[in-house]
Amino acid sequence: MAAPLYQIPGQQAPSPGAMPETLLASAASPSGIAAARTISEVLAHSQAGLGLDDLEGDLVGLAPVKSRIRDIAALLVIDKLRMNLGLLAHAPSLHMSFTGNPGTGKTTVALRMAEILHRLGYVRKGHLVAVTRDDLVGQYIGHTAPKTREVLKRAMGGVLFIDEAYYLYRPENERDYGQEAIEILLQVMENQRDDLVVILAGYKDRMDVFFRSNPGMNSRIAHHLDFPDYLPQELEEIARRMLHAMQYRLSVSGLAALHEYIPLRMRQPHFANARSIRNALDRARLRQANRLFAQVQRPLTRDELMTIEGEDLRASRVFA
Amino acid sequence: MMTNPVARITQGQFSHLPDLSDAEISLQIQYGLGKGYAWSVEYTDDPHPRNTYWEMFGLPMFDLRDAAGVMMEVHTCRKAFPSHYIRLMAFDSTRGVESIAMSFIVNRPENEPGFGLTRQEAHGRTIRYTVHSVRE
Repeated sequence: MAAPLYQIPGQQAPSPGAMPETLLASAASPSGIAAARTISEVLAHSQAGLGLDDLEGDLVGLAPVKSRIRDIAALLVIDKLRMNLGLLAHAPSLHMSFTGNPGTGKTTVALRMAEILHRLGYVRKGHLVAVTRDDLVGQYIGHTAPKTREVLKRAMGGVLFIDEAYYLYRPENERDYGQEAIEILLQVMENQRDDLVVILAGYKDRMDVFFRSNPGMNSRIAHHLDFPDYLPQELEEIARRMLHAMQYRLSVSGLAALHEYIPLRMRQPHFANARSIRNALDRARLRQANRLFAQVQRPLTRDELMTIEGEDLRASRVFA
Repeated sequence: MMTNPVARITQGQFSHLPDLSDAEISLQIQYGLGKGYAWSVEYTDDPHPRNTYWEMFGLPMFDLRDAAGVMMEVHTCRKAFPSHYIRLMAFDSTRGVESIAMSFIVNRPENEPGFGLTRQEAHGRTIRYTVHSVRE
């Protein structure tokens, strides 16, 4: 085709790789934050301060986790201030690993983390996509890459939460497709740090093995947060809050029963912290319903419908 | 070809404008996602106006929240087919609409060969004309 006699619109457009940063940045961050000079101004624009206070109040225990999150939030706020004054602020690596026993609140904290990062403008949408090995790794050759990319695409602009991430790597089978998923993950974690935050979660010891065998993954994760087990009194507090949220309450005997129940349950196998407590409460609700169901004729009061008695908890096999 | 003497293919939205930059494409995608559309990427080497259905590059992308996900697919497609036409389509699944709501070209070959005209002599002195895409 002969060259045209006049300039074609768009022929001098920048190459596809060069993206004007300003356009995207202004679209991503809430307006006004760019002018902030004090910490409170940044917080006011992003409402992250509010988020941190909620985190403090809503979650029981987890002191080390909370302090780490506050550290990270502080760094992000200071980075925002540095950026506003034209100082160098590297896009921080925000990928994290959450290790801890089951039921210690990893998913809940990940949800909060997504919210905090969104308020500070580090992820654009702030949604959480929770996946496990099955969502990332395929069944046959050529299946894994599209599957992993599909999940990554859905998680863009938010947080990708990979539960029990150590299952991705199966050293006993060298042809396992998990390795392929890990490679794609690593590539995106490195190249699209602005678009996506990855949080890996799992049991402490197995995650340690996972990181040892995948040094590339380990070095790309800036924050390792360890979730401690809850103490008995913290579990009691959690139980109280769960019941409150479900509009139930414990009678005096119920409280006493719960107080005895928790240490007993903690000694049993397969204890999953807050999740075990939730299950115990669900079963207590079943028994309460059953107890009330027997009284066919009597009108039931609001109080009776709300109260869980000691006997509802004591019927558990833990007391047997 | 009076209206388009340079033989740039004009199809879909924005095709009379200079090529959109990646940032501009992102903003368009984000607009579509805000409307609840599902984006998909298609490519072809035959941009004939009657060639309605181009080859799909991967599946349509439902449940996305952010333009970066679609851009990732666009980049992969550009890498795989650098000298094909690539377009983005937004599917509106609203009951009663259920069709493509947006469509625009995001990649063109380095130089666009345009269309050729074929004459065919039919019965009598009739001449039939056919337009076909030129392949290099």
